[in-house]
Amino acid sequence: MSLLRYESQVRPPLVDGNKDYHQVTEDICRPVEAKPSRSWWIGFLISAALLVFGIISVTMEVIYGTGQWNLHKTVGWGWDITNFVWWVGIGHAGTLISAILLLFRQGWRTGVNRAAEAMTIFAVMCAGQFPIWHMGRVWNAFFVLPYPNTRGPLWVNFNSPLLWDVFAISTYFTVSLLFWYSGLLPDLATLRDRAKKKWAKMFYGVASFGWTGSTKHWQRHEALSLVLAGLSTPLVLSVHTIVSFDFATSVVPGWHTTIFPPYFVAGAIFSGFAMVQTLLVVTRKVLALEDYITIEHIEVMNKVIVLTGSIVGIAYLTELFMAWYSAVEYENYAFFQNRLNLNSPYGWSYWLMMGCNVLSPQIFWFRKMRRNLLVTFFMSILVNIGMWFERFVIIVTSVYRDYLPSSWATYYTPTIWEVGFYLGTFGLFFTCYFLFSKFFPVIAIAEIKHILKRSGENYKEKMGDIESKDTEGFAHEQEHDH
Amino acid sequence: MSFTFKLNIGSRVYRDLEFFIWNLYNMSVQKFITGNFYDEEVLFPAIKKTRRAGYKIHDVFTPFPIHGLDKAMGLRDTSLHTAGFIYGITGTATAVGFITWALTMDWKLNFGGKPFFSLPAWIPVTFELTVLFAAVGMVLTFCYLCQLAPFVKKDHFNPRSTDDTFVMALECTNKTNEEEAIRFLQSIGAADVQVQYKETGWWLGRYDKDTKRFEKKTELESAH
Repeated sequence: MSLLRYESQVRPPLVDGNKDYHQVTEDICRPVEAKPSRSWWIGFLISAALLVFGIISVTMEVIYGTGQWNLHKTVGWGWDITNFVWWVGIGHAGTLISAILLLFRQGWRTGVNRAAEAMTIFAVMCAGQFPIWHMGRVWNAFFVLPYPNTRGPLWVNFNSPLLWDVFAISTYFTVSLLFWYSGLLPDLATLRDRAKKKWAKMFYGVASFGWTGSTKHWQRHEALSLVLAGLSTPLVLSVHTIVSFDFATSVVPGWHTTIFPPYFVAGAIFSGFAMVQTLLVVTRKVLALEDYITIEHIEVMNKVIVLTGSIVGIAYLTELFMAWYSAVEYENYAFFQNRLNLNSPYGWSYWLMMGCNVLSPQIFWFRKMRRNLLVTFFMSILVNIGMWFERFVIIVTSVYRDYLPSSWATYYTPTIWEVGFYLGTFGLFFTCYFLFSKFFPVIAIAEIKHILKRSGENYKEKMGDIESKDTEGFAHEQEHDH
Repeated sequence: MSFTFKLNIGSRVYRDLEFFIWNLYNMSVQKFITGNFYDEEVLFPAIKKTRRAGYKIHDVFTPFPIHGLDKAMGLRDTSLHTAGFIYGITGTATAVGFITWALTMDWKLNFGGKPFFSLPAWIPVTFELTVLFAAVGMVLTFCYLCQLAPFVKKDHFNPRSTDDTFVMALECTNKTNEEEAIRFLQSIGAADVQVQYKETGWWLGRYDKDTKRFEKKTELESAH
């Protein structure tokens, strides 16, 4: 009883079934080594078709300009930036799970972190598309970088939140990618050493960088993971904070609020976890990984959803209170006429947001609902719709009627190319996810093995007699072993 | 002890270069005695006994990180954290230095009458660059220290060491009594104890091709 670390029976096991190390490898590598199924091909081709539609939509926009979109004088951001903020928000769950939960020593993260991190990377890739193509003359996109140029050199405005965004998103993408890939190395080496086909030996051989599993390398790997987690924790909070600054530092009623940073971060975690649920509820079923992504994992994430959903709800109410308490008539109008009033042009979107984000997650106060896969899946979709409308409400209802009634906008609806661009990023996201789930292990094999003897079901059963021992004797025994 | 040198890419210059690097890193094929373990409970006492008996452990290969194994083997702590800190402050200094120079000296721009040196507004970019430098620097350092890169190939003692087997490799010199070492490893719980000749360094190669740095293994083995 030296390494068999004691964990109370009260905690449910994180790995179900009778597993040993080899079985873990077999279970997780099986979908990678098997031929892709028919449903995989169908899903992949639908995603690829969406991606193609997205490319066509973007091409239209590049050829004919942003006039292809219905953006106009006051609604200058519309669907485009709504989608940007939505995707960035989704991209927060992966790093939250892998970094913050690593620091908090949450064992359950091991089952879901790999897929969630991959999802993060793909979501940030999708998010990045929107501001880039929104520039219109996209061939000048590199102007956002501070490089020595012939115009002075005229440097970028380091005081601008839009520039902070450039740095925040690109840093976030880079660090998430490094974190994800450094964690993948040992698992790719496992696939390499099991590979039978020539292409697999070559692909995983190249991708695993010659990993051997040496103790010294593991020691450095652990140190690297811990420090990257420590760096990513403030990073993940900073990214959505900075995105919220795009709005909060302006003087537009409805945007000009100090509550935005924490409210955006909570909302990001909320929508990110919803997307993780959407993907994992399906993935665990299709790839037969129910023993690793257990109903416990689903339940814990549903708890996070109800918590963050409620935080978001409080933020909505606080906003309303502050609008009233400020006694500024423009603030009042933005919140009570443009949003809260169901009869105003966009009132429906505000109430849709309220219903999806604040009311519906309350169902997760019930344990039975948290553990129901169908409810979880349905709720995860609802939350994502709600969070999309949150950004839509913030962007459109704040600017379509602001200070000057003479410049109030007509009703803003997107064109087919705006919608196509959005659908295209779904194509990009799911194409990447399908490729990932086919060629990479969707669960961190090494990390599961690391917790197996503490949290595996068959090992936990053996701890029953330890639990019945008297405390003194147990403490004595532990002391001797270390 | 003679062996021919295998050309990986083909040119004579490359061969000389490779030989130079080989000398530089003192890479060579060495003799090891390896044993497999399947349980951490057996592995830890075995390492203790092996070190006490005076054998030199070349390495222990494990499929996942085992906490305390580095301490048990007597490895020193890694300094990767310190490197990360240094990269981080380099990032901070770069950001603050560059923005200060660009906006207060090189090209002063008046943004709404705010001071040229407006440090609070630079905090976000400074923070992001700190994180970026630390993360990228640490990962590159990690790859350098562990010799990890695409197309890097190394000799492996047992392919199952990335699956479910802990493989302990003992270094074998002329003074080592081979028989005795094998018996010792068996006595401490190792299974499938073998004598293996392995390259200790790395070379460029692909895992689907059986390229070795050194050819004529049989000749090499007979030389021992």
